[in-house]
Amino acid sequence: MNGWSALERFLRTDPQDVGCSQAMDMLHVYAELVAAGEPAEERYPGIAAHLRACGPCGEDFEGLLAAIRGEAP
Amino acid sequence: MPEAATAAGIDAESAGWLRALAEPGAAREAALARLHGLLLPIAQREVARRGPRLAITGPELDDLAHQAAADALLAITGKVGQFRGESRFTTWAYKFVIFEVSAKIGRHFWRHPVVPLGAEQWERLPDRFGFDPAREAEWRDLAAVRRAVDTELTPRQREVFVAIVINGVPLDTLVLSLGSSRNAIYKMLFDARRKLRAALAANGYLPDDSARGS
Repeated sequence: MNGWSALERFLRTDPQDVGCSQAMDMLHVYAELVAAGEPAEERYPGIAAHLRACGPCGEDFEGLLAAIRGEAP
Repeated sequence: MPEAATAAGIDAESAGWLRALAEPGAAREAALARLHGLLLPIAQREVARRGPRLAITGPELDDLAHQAAADALLAITGKVGQFRGESRFTTWAYKFVIFEVSAKIGRHFWRHPVVPLGAEQWERLPDRFGFDPAREAEWRDLAAVRRAVDTELTPRQREVFVAIVINGVPLDTLVLSLGSSRNAIYKMLFDARRKLRAALAANGYLPDDSARGS
């Protein structure tokens, strides 16, 4: 991937993206679905779109998922 | 998944937590101590997970974990009435630990800024997106990005875009610097990304797929 395609990918926005507030409100529900192997992305596409695009919320999601799974760092 | 994860049918373990936290006196204190005992290792694991990417180590990192667990406990006890049983109680509680770790890391970088607010490190743009230094012609066109940033964005959108994308300031740190919220800053960056993409596509630098509405 060259620089322009990386830049293009960063600038591309998803209209389904629900934003931080909604994603954080439902993060515990979403993370539990993912941990259980349920189709969380299909059920909450707007949250999935947000977690792909928002670094801090994506980081919080990874942290919560690791906490649920009891993963060692 | 816990069964019957609805407000009408909270799973037995979660219901136990709710009962224990509603007890008076010593019973509640015992439940709080037990909950703190769960939250602290979550905070410690989370700071350890993020630690390698942060310039925070040792006792400072451990202190951050203790503060995050204590503040998460306060947040949980303040909001326990909002728990709707859509997940296990512990999952809902762990979320507050993760949020507190995020907020405290953001605060750490706010107190110890790597880049002074107001500086603009445009020379780092090629590196940020992995432009090959050997292909100078390709990244020379990046001047178009700067022009679009200067002409298409509102002053506030420009400030947010430059801080986060050009200077690499963490979003949560910028939230504190500007006295704003994560949602508001993300929305500003979202709008800036959309505008810049449209401008760069209109000028032939990026593929034009406006028909797809993105």
